[in-house]
Amino acid sequence: MPAFDQPALDTSPEVSDEIRKTTCYMCACRCGINVHMKNGKVKYIEGNRDHPVNQGVLCAKGSAGIMQHYAPSRLRAPMKRVGERGAGEFEEISWDEAFEIAESWLRPIRETNPEKLAFFTGRDQSQSLTSWWAQAYGTPNYAAHGGFCSVNMAAAGIYTMGGAFWEFGAPDWDRSKLFMIFGVAEDHDSNPIKIGLGKLKANGAKIIGVNPIRSGYNAIADEWVGITPGTDGLFILSMIHELMKAGKVDLNYLTRYTNAPFLVNEDRKSAEHGLFLRDEDGKPLVLDRATGKPIAFDTPGIKADLAGTYRHAGHTHRPVFQLMAEKYLSDEYAPDAVADRCGISADTIRRIAAELAHVAFEEEIVIDQPWTDWKGEKHAQMIGRPVAFHAMRGISAHSNGFQTCRALHVLQILLGSVEVPGGFRFKPPYPKPVEAHPKPHMGINPGKALNGPHLGFVHGPEDLLLKEDGTAARIDKAFTWENPMSSHGLMHMVISNAHAGDPYKIDTLFMYMANMAWNSSMNTNGVMDMLSDKDENGDYVIPHIIYSDAYSSEMVAFSDLILPDTTYLERHDCISLLDRPICEAEAAADSIRWPVVEPDRDVRGFQSALIQLGSRLGLPGMVNDDGSAKYQDYADYIQNHERRPGVGPLAGFRGEDGKGKGRGAPNPNQIQAYIENGGFWIDHIPDEALFFKPWNKDYQDWAVSRGIYDAPQPYVFNLYVEPIQKFRLAAQGHGDIQPPERLRKQVETTMDPLPIWWPPFEGTLVDIERFPYHALTQRPMAMYHSWGSQNAWLRQIHGANPLFVSGEIWLDTGFAEGDWAKVTSHHGTITVPVVRMDALNGKTMWTWNAIGKRSGAWALEENASETTRGFLLNYLIDELLPEKGDGQRWANSDPITGQAAWFDLRVNIEKAAAPAGNNSQPHFPAQKSPVGKGPKNVTYGDDF
Amino acid sequence: MTALPQSTEKKLGLVIDLDTCVGCHACVINCKEWNTSNYGAPLSDIDAYGAEPMGTFLNRVHSYEAKQDGKNAQTIHFPKSCLHCEDAPCVTVCPTGASYKRVEDGIVLVNEDSCIGCGLCAWACPYGARELDKAEGVMKKCTLCVDRIYNENLPEIDRTPACVRTCPAGARHFGDFADPDSNVSKLTAERGGMELMPEQGTKPVNRYLPPRPKTDVTGIGKIDILAPYLDPVPEQAGGFLGWLDKALEKI
Repeated sequence: MPAFDQPALDTSPEVSDEIRKTTCYMCACRCGINVHMKNGKVKYIEGNRDHPVNQGVLCAKGSAGIMQHYAPSRLRAPMKRVGERGAGEFEEISWDEAFEIAESWLRPIRETNPEKLAFFTGRDQSQSLTSWWAQAYGTPNYAAHGGFCSVNMAAAGIYTMGGAFWEFGAPDWDRSKLFMIFGVAEDHDSNPIKIGLGKLKANGAKIIGVNPIRSGYNAIADEWVGITPGTDGLFILSMIHELMKAGKVDLNYLTRYTNAPFLVNEDRKSAEHGLFLRDEDGKPLVLDRATGKPIAFDTPGIKADLAGTYRHAGHTHRPVFQLMAEKYLSDEYAPDAVADRCGISADTIRRIAAELAHVAFEEEIVIDQPWTDWKGEKHAQMIGRPVAFHAMRGISAHSNGFQTCRALHVLQILLGSVEVPGGFRFKPPYPKPVEAHPKPHMGINPGKALNGPHLGFVHGPEDLLLKEDGTAARIDKAFTWENPMSSHGLMHMVISNAHAGDPYKIDTLFMYMANMAWNSSMNTNGVMDMLSDKDENGDYVIPHIIYSDAYSSEMVAFSDLILPDTTYLERHDCISLLDRPICEAEAAADSIRWPVVEPDRDVRGFQSALIQLGSRLGLPGMVNDDGSAKYQDYADYIQNHERRPGVGPLAGFRGEDGKGKGRGAPNPNQIQAYIENGGFWIDHIPDEALFFKPWNKDYQDWAVSRGIYDAPQPYVFNLYVEPIQKFRLAAQGHGDIQPPERLRKQVETTMDPLPIWWPPFEGTLVDIERFPYHALTQRPMAMYHSWGSQNAWLRQIHGANPLFVSGEIWLDTGFAEGDWAKVTSHHGTITVPVVRMDALNGKTMWTWNAIGKRSGAWALEENASETTRGFLLNYLIDELLPEKGDGQRWANSDPITGQAAWFDLRVNIEKAAAPAGNNSQPHFPAQKSPVGKGPKNVTYGDDF
Repeated sequence: MTALPQSTEKKLGLVIDLDTCVGCHACVINCKEWNTSNYGAPLSDIDAYGAEPMGTFLNRVHSYEAKQDGKNAQTIHFPKSCLHCEDAPCVTVCPTGASYKRVEDGIVLVNEDSCIGCGLCAWACPYGARELDKAEGVMKKCTLCVDRIYNENLPEIDRTPACVRTCPAGARHFGDFADPDSNVSKLTAERGGMELMPEQGTKPVNRYLPPRPKTDVTGIGKIDILAPYLDPVPEQAGGFLGWLDKALEKI
């Protein structure tokens, strides 16, 4: 027996030569990271403790950044396609040649038909640059990926309450006592949510998870509501029914801070039906309880009535709140009436509604902090209702998603729990009323800039982007009668519309960071065909495709010209208040990325390449008077561009002295100041301005001082959204701008100014007996979309994705461990491995999103597990709905916003023999890798 | 056979809160990232981009379902690494003295210079907490970040295992179980911290805090307690509008 002999250890080894602080980009969360450098290489990445987003912690993705940065799939140089589209055959070229090719396509069409460029960026975090570039180019065809992601959540939030979840708001994690989380993608805002859940748990708050699948956050929820997919809106409206019936709503809050008292024209024959009664200045009117007379809603000192009626010019007017009572007190929304459809017992619905009421009204929070409202009234305390909500893609990616998200916000507002202690709080630059957002623009002037921003918020039929002949101005048909409020565009329709030449043909498709030839498209195999389809002359139907990516993704193989991007550690970026910021409820904040490692390949940050391409094309704002480039690269732009005088991409360290906050002249040392400050800037909101922000005078003044607004913008929440009613009025025959007959009924029934619910479209169009089940995808916390799946460490966690099948379906189908299944939708069939899961809605099956890879992509071996056992559900999902028999094809989207209805999918499942080679089906032939294959084995760290 | 110390001055270990762990794998990857350099040989990844990648990890998260009659099935995420047992069978089985338990803090380590990669310790460990690195041929295991927790090159606040520092939900806690006033001892006492497989007699140091009881299982009984909150507004003259009028008067 060896003697006990303990070796001496060096317990203080040197950790690194230097720490460089930048911003993570392993997902869209944008945490601060400390990058430990040793011998010029990245040794270790940890969370930055001072950073407002992650407060020191870091998720699996962030910790795997080393494997991403050194990934073998990194592109090395610009490339031009030399084989057929899809084959993956390329020749590396110089940047000069790449720019010359791009210019040869883009310059001529700009002079004649700038709309022939469709520029769509994917999970872009530089939309204030890319949209500005597209506007300068002059094409109306620009958007990012919101249309296939979560525009329902964003648009419903902004139309209803002038702000939305995630970047624009968050639960009050420190004070909430009851938290409900609906259908969240576990990769979104993941560290703040996990930090927040930890705080709620430590404080003894109750967490209720509403999700068909009990994974991740739902696993630790105190209560799990395994709801039937697509019925969240019905569940929420039923709780609203219960709360209103019991009078458990915050009447004081509703009269002060919402449009509940606004008087609505009730005369169905009137051309103003459903619109607000307004004074001569256009201000909506409310009834003053003291006088019984109508008066402007924002008159100081009045008490608005919710109970009265007012007759004016022969029309009866009633407050919004009465219309709500009439609608939601109906038995249609009683728990017993909705329970079966939701898959939730009526008792559970009643109990959760009672718990919300109990916590909101019996456990209110009082903070002894005086504040002054927008009318000048002083309040001694801040009183809060400590119920908070969060939701994301799970409730929004349905064809009833917009109204469902609206319903959730209306519930929050009825409880008086928005912008109060313990509730939901906005993050600067929000709150911001919908009226303060831009409207969409389509004014094309060949050779010149577009006449305004592409995307925005419509306020009625007059704001639609329709040409004189009534056809769509945009290639994605955003802002048309098919989806009037498509605030983020419809990226998922671009390729199919361009291929069909409907509404018109384009010349060049220019995309960034969007894997449209794989997991980012519905109908993946169809899209691959469209991208490689040729016309009768043998030319590609979509003539030119320019694509920028850092890695050898599936989409690269389908492109003609590749602009290779850097990794996130090699680039400049700004996480800007003009874009999707990193602010917190108690502070404005923004941040940068900077090259903590210099690229060792001939690659450029996409934003730098875009600016350089813009100046070569002579785009306005990108060249000086003598035609020379105004900005050398993205860093130059970040530091020197001014969107408005004194307001630029970064809010911190402005002015020549570097002391400007929000406003100030460009500072030539600004980026260095950020680096010295840990890669970010933060500016705390004063205590008296921390809550009630839309109505808080001190917040409004602070926001103006920081350049967030140019004048105070107080407003009230829209329980009732008047612009929606304007579309419905048109569908009812009022006004000059009329929907086409085929869409009239859809517009009339879906554009309800108060939230309603309808069954997801796909389920009403297919034979439910044939397709009795729901199929969903979720994103895992340890893998992000398409840009992480080749990561050597993360692929050992999520290297293949089985189909998880509920215990009920498992037993009904007679599955056994190791089985394969054939899953069929109205659109397609897949054959995949199955695994039983009981913590799952009984009628539902699901899988992890974007794990499956095409053979040959991402520098993986051709038989990598992602390509053999991995698969996509996308093959089952069409961008169009099944035929209705009316001679039309309808988009598989929300009829209000156009959001892709990924989660409406209905399927059948049966046992199947294991496919040949144990490859999940469909299985596509390998693409040729333009970067070769990764090394066999990795032993990272052996040289430190 | 290798001897264990009679006793250790400290009993350093982890408390892992199963009520808070969302199964995000942050601890798994940050552990890999830290430990692939620093103490010992790198944690290799064999067939890193191929059909069956097999890497060495010192900490892994397992997910289980618990099915109970008449109740919703539960999902439990269970992170597992070396539990730094007081009676560590992996130490006593080691033929070369490479596996040992430190006298000063109870951390179980492998001296890689003496390890012959025979794998006996991995067989002896009832928890499956050791992995033989296929590139280096030595046994790897959780070191409790012995190269962090005393490291004078790190700020004091960071002298904690990488998995604890990175855990987003705050589900992992590090401390000295020999000190009854330590955070880990208190958490264990307050929350009924459990030993893993105590019947094995290994006296593991790490503790797991069990998930709190879920409230979604009965539903019915609870409605009575809260029922007054949902009583309809009184059906007096005027109905809902009458109630509304009176309620507004009180504001």
